[in-house]
Amino acid sequence: MNIDLLTVESTRTAIAEKQFTAAAMVDAFYEKIGKDDPDIGAYLTLSEEGAYAQAARIDELAGRGDALPALAGVPIAVKDVISTKGVRTTAGSKILANYDAPYNATVIDRLEAAGAIVLGKTNCDEFAMGSSNENSGFHPVRNPRDRTRVPGGSSGGSAAVIAAGTAVASLGTDTGGSIRQPASFCGVVGLMPTYGRVSRYGLIAFASSLDKIGPFGKTVKDAALLLEVMAGRDPMDSTSADVPVPRYSDFVGQPIAGLKIGVPGEYFGEGLDAEVRAAVEAAIKKLAEAGCEIVPISLKHTSYAIPTYYLVATAEASSNLARFDGVRYSVRAKSVKTPAEMYRRTRNEGFGAEVKRRIMLGTYALSAGYYDAYYLKAQKVRSLIARDFDEAFAKVDAIVTPTTPTTAFRLGEKADDPLAMYLADIFTVTASLAGIPGLSLPCGNNSDGLPIGLQVLGKHFDEATVLRVGHVAEHALAGQSR
Amino acid sequence: MVSEKDVNYVADLAHLELTETERARMLRDLNSILGYIERLNELDTSGVEPMAQVSTRYVGGVEPGEAFAYAMRADELIPSLPHEEAMSNAPQTDGTFFKVPKVIER
Repeated sequence: MNIDLLTVESTRTAIAEKQFTAAAMVDAFYEKIGKDDPDIGAYLTLSEEGAYAQAARIDELAGRGDALPALAGVPIAVKDVISTKGVRTTAGSKILANYDAPYNATVIDRLEAAGAIVLGKTNCDEFAMGSSNENSGFHPVRNPRDRTRVPGGSSGGSAAVIAAGTAVASLGTDTGGSIRQPASFCGVVGLMPTYGRVSRYGLIAFASSLDKIGPFGKTVKDAALLLEVMAGRDPMDSTSADVPVPRYSDFVGQPIAGLKIGVPGEYFGEGLDAEVRAAVEAAIKKLAEAGCEIVPISLKHTSYAIPTYYLVATAEASSNLARFDGVRYSVRAKSVKTPAEMYRRTRNEGFGAEVKRRIMLGTYALSAGYYDAYYLKAQKVRSLIARDFDEAFAKVDAIVTPTTPTTAFRLGEKADDPLAMYLADIFTVTASLAGIPGLSLPCGNNSDGLPIGLQVLGKHFDEATVLRVGHVAEHALAGQSR
Repeated sequence: MVSEKDVNYVADLAHLELTETERARMLRDLNSILGYIERLNELDTSGVEPMAQVSTRYVGGVEPGEAFAYAMRADELIPSLPHEEAMSNAPQTDGTFFKVPKVIER
């Protein structure tokens, strides 16, 4: 059994055709994790008990010759900000080091009902705050493509398991680029769905007007197959939209001739690495050859997106993280004498430097006298950024850009400069603020062999077009990324 | 510019007890980040509506002004987490309530 090449479909087919059992496949994955993961650090917790129980259910169905559900036997890894019943869920933070989630997130229920097997929980930046995975409260993750480099963040572990072949698919979350940026750095596919497309019930909140759950996989089709199971209205999340869920995988492979593809000039200016530019321009040429019309567009408020994001996201985070008070579910500081002392010492001992920095910035931006100047101002600029996309999508069907201005940077390279780290998200935060879907897929390597990512953005709830375009690019570029 | 006094005040609001070293670092970082954020003032946003949520603008595929499809669920009783499970991660309980240090001195 060569588990390295498994995709969502080939896993299900192999189990249905009894090439191997789900249980034997799970054995093989845990063996590989045991051998390769200690050096990479992508997993925080393994959920063997649940994985083998689910494998037994799938094997029983296969043994009877019953039709297998859509994701039967697909081994997935789950970012540790997503609740998994009875399995430690830390959000990458020491403050939740002992937290066993008492219920499943809706996405976990849906994926398990479709036959997926949760192998374990993946490392991430603490509370999903970071762009390198170096803010994990436990340990950093190394990029499987070059272990001296970061995998990106905050869903660094979930991207790394795909690159390392220690899961077939995985879940991440994207607030300002946390799926697309690590997908780009690790050379895998990552999809941020439209805001409201996927239920967030059971997700530990960072910034509620921005957080989305989305899939990682080896291929665009794998991302589509996961999304169609995860998406759709959930009564437990009032921000989940009641919008019909198409069979996304049906769109993968459809021709794209005649589509208008926007290319925003703002994403190709100063600061863009020359090799990244060349690779993305080559990909755009392939889309033109596939019959797309390439349309130069302008997203003129792009350079204001990072400051806007860091006000909106930190303000929301300062409010969301107020719940970690040492009373209900966190570690509590020892021998505290008053409630005030309990809050302060628990939070100071439990939170890492970046989380404290963001709580401070957000609290400051919301505090009396600064609200209008910072938070309200940022919300207004957010409108302008969203409007840029509205105007662009009146003219084009999808937008193509580089996912990140550079390839993966070295561990420690930006760890002491928060602002430099924030700028790693410069091409991803815009779509996050607008709430539109975005896909990152591999688009060749640079001369050091490091992966380059192509970003495809679409209209609200038009993941289908994003996936269609992504799939054509993926196949046109096949062979350039390995 | 954020002052040392601001850092102490905001830490207090956020229930964070920063060490001396952390306060110095925070002062430096906040000023660097807020300095960068200043560029938002280059934009004239008078007359621009603040965007607090994505869903209020787009959800439902409906025309602006129509009811949003996500809105509310029916007000029906559904089972919630059993008491014992809800308390299971608390650092200190008496089985019924969360326990905290004494709030009122007698």
